[in-house]
Amino acid sequence: MRIALVFPELLGTYGDGGNAVVLAQRLERRGLPAELMNVRPGEAFPDADVYLLGGGEDGPQRLAADLLIASTLAERVADGAGVFAVCAGLQLLGTSFAVEGEAIYPGLDLVPALTVRGIARSVGDAAVRVEGRLVVGFENHGGVTHLAPGLDAFGEVVVGHGNDTQSDGFRAGRVWATYLHGPVLAQNPWLADALLASMLGRELEPLASVADDLYAARCAQVTGTGA
Amino acid sequence: MALATTAVRGVNWVSRRSGRGAGTVAGGNAGLGIDPHLLAHLARGRTVALVSGTNGKTTTTAMVARGWGRDVATNATGANMPAGHVAALVASRSPVAVLECDERWLPDVIAETVPAVVVLLNLSRDQLDRAAEVRQLAQRWRDCLTGGDFVVVANARDPLVVYAASASPRVHWCAAPTSWTLDARSCPVCTRTLDLGADAWSCTCGFAEPEPHSVLVDGGARIEGQFVRLDLAIPGSVNRGNALLALAALHELGVDPTLAARRLDTLREVEGRYAQAVVAGQAVRLLLAKNPAGFATQLADQAASNAPLWIAINDGLADGRDPSWLYDVDFEQLRGRSVWCWGTRRLDLATRLWYAGVEATVVEDVAPHHDGTVDLIANYTAFQELRRGAGAR
Repeated sequence: MRIALVFPELLGTYGDGGNAVVLAQRLERRGLPAELMNVRPGEAFPDADVYLLGGGEDGPQRLAADLLIASTLAERVADGAGVFAVCAGLQLLGTSFAVEGEAIYPGLDLVPALTVRGIARSVGDAAVRVEGRLVVGFENHGGVTHLAPGLDAFGEVVVGHGNDTQSDGFRAGRVWATYLHGPVLAQNPWLADALLASMLGRELEPLASVADDLYAARCAQVTGTGA
Repeated sequence: MALATTAVRGVNWVSRRSGRGAGTVAGGNAGLGIDPHLLAHLARGRTVALVSGTNGKTTTTAMVARGWGRDVATNATGANMPAGHVAALVASRSPVAVLECDERWLPDVIAETVPAVVVLLNLSRDQLDRAAEVRQLAQRWRDCLTGGDFVVVANARDPLVVYAASASPRVHWCAAPTSWTLDARSCPVCTRTLDLGADAWSCTCGFAEPEPHSVLVDGGARIEGQFVRLDLAIPGSVNRGNALLALAALHELGVDPTLAARRLDTLREVEGRYAQAVVAGQAVRLLLAKNPAGFATQLADQAASNAPLWIAINDGLADGRDPSWLYDVDFEQLRGRSVWCWGTRRLDLATRLWYAGVEATVVEDVAPHHDGTVDLIANYTAFQELRRGAGAR
């Protein structure tokens, strides 16, 4: 599987590159081939099976959006490539987003989602229920994201803000996005495997590691069900 | 002002006597509550040097204070916001003050203290859950340095520092090596990708690394052309860079760099950093690393070792509640080493190390024991806890 980390210099504020390492490692440790590549501004947009988009500060986020609009990402998604986006990466996949100030910036328009600025920043531990299972992580953003009717949320907010305190992110085919930033796939090994399984079109054998202990501990901490 | 300073002394006395604190912040806050401009009043008539940046503030402040050679007012305990500055100035009548300043507070503290010299070390991501994002911080620095009537001693190797400092009419540029560039990949002026080059960074928009006035050379430093031998007792390549900025600041304050360098050599530990200690029965050397840039530096200094390594990661308020940054640290370079994971976020650390292919053990109940001294790298509150719990040498 070819895993492309998109513009890590622009979209990588919160250790978001960790998600690419997690996907590659979870394949390699099962003896499955994985190729990790970094996409850099100004270089040819590579062919990959899954593209990872991270969080970024306002200026770099706008630049990344402009670069992605001009890239072949939309065509590759139409051809079946997957996208896993967090935070700013989520916002720029939609029709438009707002950052500091009142200005509205065009997004990639891959999904009918629109992000406006919230009144306050949402900062803190967060938990989202996805297909009956918890996804835990941390969010730090100033956005409120509205999903057009018919667009599925990534999950339902249990703790934190997500899109609007009710739903978090979105999921359209192989395009998955969440506000839980940084190495969310590291904290939620089952989610990393679900993403890989959807890309491969088959279930993966279990892979036990200390990440399972971390997931259990974080679920308990974030939802307040004991240490 | 008399009432306010009496309040500072009184509250700090109570705080120390009751064992509730080191007696700095509480008193400082009490004084500022009575007189909001107490810091300005206390700083008036003194020569003030401020030291700010994401990493190396406490050590560089200690270097400037030590290099001065006489009594100085300084916030040695790292209480680096106005309450700590007030306490330091109440505690000493010295005509010279060397103050470590939190990055976010720098504009206010410059306005209050009217410094002679401002030292800017570096700017990188640190506790993003509560601080302004790093580029916004660089912009706020730039705004407060515009037209300032003081010398800025700034690291020319850090593009965000250069963006901020170049607004000042008087800059003493130093080339202190950085092992962290992830926050400076895109140009602070135009957001295009910076050319980081081998010798100097630059951007196609014209923003480029300034020619330094002072540099590190074999065996020492060259401060505006004058060679100064450096024989630091505290370890780490990053501290040679911190010493360079400290010597440049002292030079700007009129201290001879050679004399200053001999005083710097005598610095053996700074607030427990680099100190030998005993933690859970194990002889350790305490090393502080609070963020990716700090870890990049510490791990680079580990490259020659194959000894066991202890790392402690907490998520206290002073650490930042979000340890996502562990994935910005190139732990892969520790492959082949054995690492023991401590701290409230030890499972996050162990998971990071598992993905990096590094053998990691989570310390739950029984601490391991190793022969000889083990390096213990800890982030802020973990460091403070271990230091407090640590037996004397």
